Amino acid sequence: MAEEVDIIDQVVGQEYKYGFTTDIEMETAPKGLTEDTIRFISAKKNEPEWMLEYRLKAFKYWQGLTAPNWQNFNYPSVDYQDIIYYAAPKEKIKLDSLDQVDPELLKTFEKLGISLSEQKRLTGVAVDAVFDSVSIATTFKDQLKEKGIIFCSMSEAVHDHPDLVKKYLSSVVPYTDNFFAALNAAVFSDGSFVYIPKGVRCPMELSTYFRINAENTGQFERTLIIADEGSYVSYLEGCTAPMRDENQLHAAVVELIALENAEIKYSTVQNWYPGDKNGKGGIYNFVTKRGICMGDNSKISWTQVETGSAITWKYPSCILKGDNSVGEFFSVAVTNNMQQADTGTKMIHIGKNTKSRIVSKGISAGKSHNTYRGLVKVNKKADKARNYTQCDSMLIGDRSGAHTFPYIEINNKSAMVEHEASTSKIGEDQIFYCNQRGIGTEEAISLIVNGFCREVLNQLPMEFAVEAQKLLAVSLEGSVG
Amino acid sequence: MSGDKNKVMLEIKDLKAEIEGKKILNGINLVVKPGEVHAIMGPNGAGKSTLSSVLAGRADYVVTGGEVSFNGKDLLEMSPEDRAREGVFLAFQYPVEIPGVSTTNFLKTAINEKRKYLGQEPMEATAFLKFMREKMELMEMDKALTSRSLNEGFSGGEKKRNEVFQMAMLEPKLTIMDETDSGLDIDALRLVSAGVNKLKDGERSFVVITHYQRLLDYIVPDFVHVLYKGRIVKSGDASLAKELEVKGYDWIKTEVEQEANA
Ligand SMILES: Nc1ncnc2c1ncn2[C@@H]1O[C@H](COP(=O)(O)OP(=O)(O)OP(=O)(O)O)[C@@H](O)[C@H]1O
Ligand SMILES: [Mg+2]
Repeated sequence: MAEEVDIIDQVVGQEYKYGFTTDIEMETAPKGLTEDTIRFISAKKNEPEWMLEYRLKAFKYWQGLTAPNWQNFNYPSVDYQDIIYYAAPKEKIKLDSLDQVDPELLKTFEKLGISLSEQKRLTGVAVDAVFDSVSIATTFKDQLKEKGIIFCSMSEAVHDHPDLVKKYLSSVVPYTDNFFAALNAAVFSDGSFVYIPKGVRCPMELSTYFRINAENTGQFERTLIIADEGSYVSYLEGCTAPMRDENQLHAAVVELIALENAEIKYSTVQNWYPGDKNGKGGIYNFVTKRGICMGDNSKISWTQVETGSAITWKYPSCILKGDNSVGEFFSVAVTNNMQQADTGTKMIHIGKNTKSRIVSKGISAGKSHNTYRGLVKVNKKADKARNYTQCDSMLIGDRSGAHTFPYIEINNKSAMVEHEASTSKIGEDQIFYCNQRGIGTEEAISLIVNGFCREVLNQLPMEFAVEAQKLLAVSLEGSVG
Repeated sequence: MSGDKNKVMLEIKDLKAEIEGKKILNGINLVVKPGEVHAIMGPNGAGKSTLSSVLAGRADYVVTGGEVSFNGKDLLEMSPEDRAREGVFLAFQYPVEIPGVSTTNFLKTAINEKRKYLGQEPMEATAFLKFMREKMELMEMDKALTSRSLNEGFSGGEKKRNEVFQMAMLEPKLTIMDETDSGLDIDALRLVSAGVNKLKDGERSFVVITHYQRLLDYIVPDFVHVLYKGRIVKSGDASLAKELEVKGYDWIKTEVEQEANA
């Protein structure tokens, strides 16, 4: 209906709130990627020899690769020699004391709603703040230490906990995994490291906040979370970036390891700059995230709310190795204007009685495209594996697209795999009904979309569920009118 | 039952509207004063739902002539949400489902949007829940319904009851009920009518669209109008509805045709 398109035209397109830049003196690596770049990064971080060797191996491997092209979206090829691979605030930062952090940086995070200062910290949430290539500060470190929990930047972990890093880094996502994983292994600058000791239930949410600031830089962070036997942790990451006309690359790797009876809950609220209305600028968010349920009865649960980025390309996955282990994937992906998303998950059933659940909600507005791509694989020995997949798409307007590619590979007859999919459209009827009760069109869309995503939003920690709801509303503003 | 005899709440003058080039309303005239109950009857396709949609501001309909004022304001100038906030409530003939949104959350949003419009502070959660509990009791609403997603999987009758419950919550000045009685069982009909009667306060007005005299036994109208081919062709008091119940519409259609030929 012509009327509907008009309505929809008017709601998409409000300004990105986090588009400001921080003016701060930076130290950067020269543009481009050679062995020297990698040596530069490694030297900056004062890394041990084994780390440098690992990076160089990954780099060699990467050089032999070509960028993948099986995705369901278009993007101009990235010139990897035109990117700065390392950028850090110049001032020397003592990571343990906030007093020595540049006030400009603290202000930046305040603006983003992340307070690093002692008085105003989010209660019950420990934060690691990553600015361009380095971790700025980690809060509540001491309190966590009492329980034996390690929560620090990756750079610190390389120095302070080399055994753990050596043992687990690259164990879930080897650098040979894919093009971006190899690139990340070669040039990763920082990220978060978490270790929860045996039997410990982490008493607070752990959270990393990623901020890209510098121009022409890529962000390549690396996160490693190890939950030892019988432990539990809930971890959340958030991301924003300034508005810039050129595209910036974000190619992170996240690895999760859950040992026997352990549980890891990993939530992402991704709000990288999506580019402007006409598709100019924005972040390319090409991320490899994978967790392994190593031990019996372990559980890994991914929740993601993806509203930002020009292109999102990621499949947080679970390898269900331990018997009775459980993998979950809850996803909301919103695309508006010219944004594109190709996202989903892989559930690899290896152990007996393993279970997985996938709930994906894709919302497309404007001229955007939203693809769900998921693999459920049941190996030969995975007796009685079970999967339930629910994949819902919602279209706003009639110029956007929703696509679903479920792949299923079953090698064991006792497996039970269910897949349900639906596509709906926010109808003019629903909007008018809300209008008639006094609810304006934008508010109505936000209400309807939040209702559509409720199952997923319910998975988020309380503090962030509200934020995520607002984010959904903002990213769809202007999508109807 | 009527309020101030001189005040007019709703005044419709020679209203004409069409959809997709098809003329549906061909000059409606109607005056509703505070506290009055008007019943609108008429054969299928006469334009009753169209009239209610045009009053509520549905965008598909193009108003091609006439005026509508509501408490002195030009209703046709206002956005649908502003009409609602000014106190116009439409109980839909076919209420829509909104998955994942509870009736509670929906109404809280609606009430607070209205309050914002009127320059009032939003209602806090506890006050809202208390208010809602009171209205649920008043309307004899089942708790299970309000915690479920709005209208999702509700039976036809449940949806209609939910419309009347929403009306009770939003406390409109003018309620237009579009065949709220259709699909109700006898008990539900009684509950819905009782609900409406409880809300009558001498100020609130009701325009009740119905096919059945039965409803008007419970909600007694001050006026009954017959809508036919986009015009109000006959008006009378409650006895007109009784007459229609017995005689049907043919005699009115004949009258209209005779007048047209004369
Ligand atoms: N979108 C539309 N396109 C074309 N004609 C329409 C449209 N909507 C309504 N109409 C026509 O307008 C006329 C009036 O419809 P309306 O729904 O107002 O009737 P009604 O009096 O409410 O009937 P009922 O008693 O059956 O509910 C009908 O002939 C209907 O077919
Ligand atoms: Mg009708």
